[in-house]
Amino acid sequence: MAKQWFKRDEKEKKSLLSDKIFKFAAAAAGAYVLAVILIIVLQLGIESMPIWEEEGIGFITGTDWNPVPGRESFGAFPYILGTLITSAIALAIGFPLSIGIAMLVMIIPKKIGQPLGYLVELIEAVPSVVFGLWGLFVFRIYFRDLVEKPLHDMFGDSIFLFGGTPFGLDIMTASIILAIMIIPTISSISREVMMAVPQQQREAAYMLGSTTFEMFRMAIFPYSKTGLLGASMLGLGRAVGETMAVTMLIGNTTGLRAIPQSLFDSSQTMPSIIANEFIEASPVSLHPAALVGIGLILLAVGLSINVAAHFLVARMVKVNEGPIH
Amino acid sequence: MTYTDRQQKRAEIRAMFKSNVRRRLWVDKIVVGTVIVCALMAIIPLIWILGTAVYSGVPALNWEFLTGKPGAVGAGQISIGPAIQGTVIIIALTSLIGLPIGIMGGIYLSEYGGNSRFAKQIRFFMDVFMQVPSIVLGIFAFLAIVLTLGYYTVWAGAIALSFIMFPIVARSTEEALRMVPWTYREAGAALGLSKMVITLRIVLSQAKKGILTGVLLSISRVGGETAPLIMTILGSNIFFSGFDSSTDALPLRIWRLSLQPYDEARIAGWGAALTLVIIIFAIHLGVRYFFLRDKSGKGLRGVLRG
Amino acid sequence: MSTVMTDRSATITTIDKPQTRYKMRTENINIYYGKTHAVQDLTLAFPEKSVTALIGPSGCGKTTYLRCLNRMHDMTPDAKVEGRVLLDGADLYDKRIDPIYHRRKVGMVFQKPNPFPTMSIYDNVVAGVKLNGVRNKDILDEIVEDCLNMAYLWEEVKDILKKPAMELSGGQQQRLCIARALAIQPEVLLMDEPASALDPIATQKIEETIEELKKDYCIIIVTHNMQQAVRCSDYTGFMYLGKLVEHGKTKQVFERPVDKLTAKYVQGQFG
Repeated sequence: MAKQWFKRDEKEKKSLLSDKIFKFAAAAAGAYVLAVILIIVLQLGIESMPIWEEEGIGFITGTDWNPVPGRESFGAFPYILGTLITSAIALAIGFPLSIGIAMLVMIIPKKIGQPLGYLVELIEAVPSVVFGLWGLFVFRIYFRDLVEKPLHDMFGDSIFLFGGTPFGLDIMTASIILAIMIIPTISSISREVMMAVPQQQREAAYMLGSTTFEMFRMAIFPYSKTGLLGASMLGLGRAVGETMAVTMLIGNTTGLRAIPQSLFDSSQTMPSIIANEFIEASPVSLHPAALVGIGLILLAVGLSINVAAHFLVARMVKVNEGPIH
Repeated sequence: MTYTDRQQKRAEIRAMFKSNVRRRLWVDKIVVGTVIVCALMAIIPLIWILGTAVYSGVPALNWEFLTGKPGAVGAGQISIGPAIQGTVIIIALTSLIGLPIGIMGGIYLSEYGGNSRFAKQIRFFMDVFMQVPSIVLGIFAFLAIVLTLGYYTVWAGAIALSFIMFPIVARSTEEALRMVPWTYREAGAALGLSKMVITLRIVLSQAKKGILTGVLLSISRVGGETAPLIMTILGSNIFFSGFDSSTDALPLRIWRLSLQPYDEARIAGWGAALTLVIIIFAIHLGVRYFFLRDKSGKGLRGVLRG
Repeated sequence: MSTVMTDRSATITTIDKPQTRYKMRTENINIYYGKTHAVQDLTLAFPEKSVTALIGPSGCGKTTYLRCLNRMHDMTPDAKVEGRVLLDGADLYDKRIDPIYHRRKVGMVFQKPNPFPTMSIYDNVVAGVKLNGVRNKDILDEIVEDCLNMAYLWEEVKDILKKPAMELSGGQQQRLCIARALAIQPEVLLMDEPASALDPIATQKIEETIEELKKDYCIIIVTHNMQQAVRCSDYTGFMYLGKLVEHGKTKQVFERPVDKLTAKYVQGQFG
């Protein structure tokens, strides 16, 4: 179609200068994203150079965190671990819930399903800092008293997961808030990929006399599993990068103490340590470089998760264009 | 196999079929129940949060709270005037940077790039970049601007937030432009208009609803961002005092208030949170009500037995 | 004796000898899609061990009608079905009974082959059987061989049963779908233009399959292709604009149609 356009343009030989400038500007605006990504990666790489020179690979595997001048030592391992643990728990809780919601919206009449889907999407609109505020002042109190304490009293001695003394500012509360926050992302995308399963597949399952659940199991889940994986990756990406709510709930410990021994221990994630310490870091020390280094790791993790997720979701869409219809 | 043989065999197999239908329907009901519980577990926190924000936030709301400047905690008077002002300024500056780039990028993807490899790559990287941890953008803006200039500035915050805004705007603009029928462009070309004029005058104006939707949603997303602001605008206790000093913003103020151990701070925090949520939800519901009415629920067609 | 269906007739037209056993019958079926009245007051009966073809131009409602015989419209939110569909005297649309009780007895083959892409050939065939609680490997093996035989596919796939169904050709996939439908041991088989997307050889195979199956089943087939209707059906119903215009023995409908419209259609003057 676009070619036709150019033909007409050429025929009239009116390829004005302004037209060319406009096209160039549009292309530049499009290419801007590539430049931005490149510059961000370079900038973070250069500024974190000192810490890589000082600590080497030990920056990733180390557990020290000492910004006191003279005894400076930085290791990002506890925060990488904290990020992975909270995100994994958030995903473990959020993914099944999201799939459930996506299924529900698909099986109930449109009149209820539509508002419900919209309500779930509204969760995404609540600012992260408001989630944090609610978690800090409301949720953690109830959760500590009604869930964590009983669990700790009952299993604290036998199961290490429930070992730490519940305080409410811990891995578990942060993960649960994270789980709620990633539900809209996962559920809307998984609904999309499940909707993309051709009607004929569902009819085939129903024709064999399956119940709705069996239809999901037989026709929808196997067909859309790649896309569902992609949806969960997108959720994971969101959880990994989430800052404020986690910062407000995780307890913000540093160094070895940030490696949690149980679900009820305080910890720290990559975004939260940056949020907590970035402005206070002394510019003449290695501290800022260490935090930028953590930012670089976070960026790398975030980008790779999202790249993988987009490939998975895109593959799902491609499958639909294939001959299966 | 003779006919009777087959008849008999089929009867045998049918006899083997367990009459498990009743059980399966029960399982189905349990699954439906479970997914309803799933939905509740997502909806209840939302309602709980909004309820708490209203319940705890309303007592804080009054004219003085919204327009005054923050006094010392303990003096009993905390206001969020500078924060609201700062958020407005920062959204304006973010839009100033992010909207032209976003809309032009969308125009490129829809009108020029099409399905070329380059356009596909841009689309892909925009989708990926949209999800980049926002605090990283803050670090970048700090290093590139605050460190270079030597002072915290609202521009640094605006640049960081514009990185969040422009991909959203670009992708939604692209979608909106694609919805404009091709004949509009052909009609313009038949009149001998240049492509720039056609795009700006005809296509863009046809798609303005869709573009505005994307713009408003990106503003609501940017308005709630906190993390990149921490190291770019820092926060401030006074009203905006120039581009070379720190500025306040609502989400940032909420965080700072949450860190203070006083009851007044907590109440003020909820007041600020309620204000922020009202602004963001107003945008969302407004967009929903005015722009998305006919489009909504598009994906729900042809679903399952009722 | 053969009479022509007129609309509004509440009595079932008898086409054959009075003692013909009808497997399935519909009474005053009306189907609405939103505001479209897609099928109007259709009353029809399908004898046992026979093939009934439904013909008519596109959009005449024949597929819509066929789908209501298996309650497939339950899945389309806008669709509404009125009237009764009786299978051995039991109403399919009885609200107290879940449709899955009936769907077990009514198999369906769709216009486009739709095997489950992630399953092997074997698993596709036994998918419905497993739902019914049969897990015994020997029995499953036997059913697979039997059904694939009935669908004329066994010889071609017996060595590759564990391969994904998507590796088969379009015609093979369609026959796999027939086998899958047969595996649940239905009593009625609905076929919605089963050969429309296939090449002539595959079409011929499927017609042979139908010929074979009719010894056992009540088959209702929707087709665009009039030759196909002549070749494989015993009875033919001609539909136009949502109404049944004519119904009778295939030979009679094609050679001595009563209705002018039918005559025009079977002579290929429209549609």
